[in-house]
Amino acid sequence: MKIVAICGAGIGSSGILKVNAERVLKKLDIEAEVTAVHLDSLEMANDAQVILTSAEFVDRIGKTFADVIVIENFFDTNELTTKLEASLG
Amino acid sequence: MPLPELPDEAVEIAATADDWRGAVRLAGDGLVRSGAATPAYADEMIRMIEEHGPYVVIAPGLALAHARPGPEVLGDGLGVVTLAEPVNFGHPHNDPVSVVLALAIKTADAHLAAVADLANVFNDSNAIQALAAATSVAEVQAIMGGSA
Repeated sequence: MKIVAICGAGIGSSGILKVNAERVLKKLDIEAEVTAVHLDSLEMANDAQVILTSAEFVDRIGKTFADVIVIENFFDTNELTTKLEASLG
Repeated sequence: MPLPELPDEAVEIAATADDWRGAVRLAGDGLVRSGAATPAYADEMIRMIEEHGPYVVIAPGLALAHARPGPEVLGDGLGVVTLAEPVNFGHPHNDPVSVVLALAIKTADAHLAAVADLANVFNDSNAIQALAAATSVAEVQAIMGGSA
């Protein structure tokens, strides 16, 4: 399974999403590759099943087959767990 | 690379900013003082927010200001500013912001270990409030170092 975390710079916030998503997925025993990307390399998200991002970028991502999950608190692993479970469970 | 060190000059506590731009600039000033970035890096961080919105407010009360690696970045660095009066970034859930971090990274592919360290610090849900309430630079360094 492929998951991408998207932010404006591809460092910082998407990196935190990647790190915390990997921690949550490990706890959930779900195998997935999580990549942090910035908006200018959105093509990397083409074959992703899940896109993690913040509300600002939903419109920029546009049409996709992926399940777009909006995260409010990037450090709240409970929020990530609930939303990833709902999407993948 | 691990989280960049947080030298004294990169930390400012109980600072005053008129608005979010002022707060980001203060955090950028810390990177300038510590030699991690040129003053233009603050402009880049502000431009990212103007262009993409307040997405850098990644948790309640906390902004992680950053721009892409570029000529404005002189070395990997982290700056921390706590605000006497919080400012709004226009974020739907996480305003107002009382702690602004500024992250400068020289090469994008090397940043994930640093960011993992940040996650270690802030996955503790008390860390943001503890930073906002810190009364000394040493206290901020201890929290960011994960030892508080």
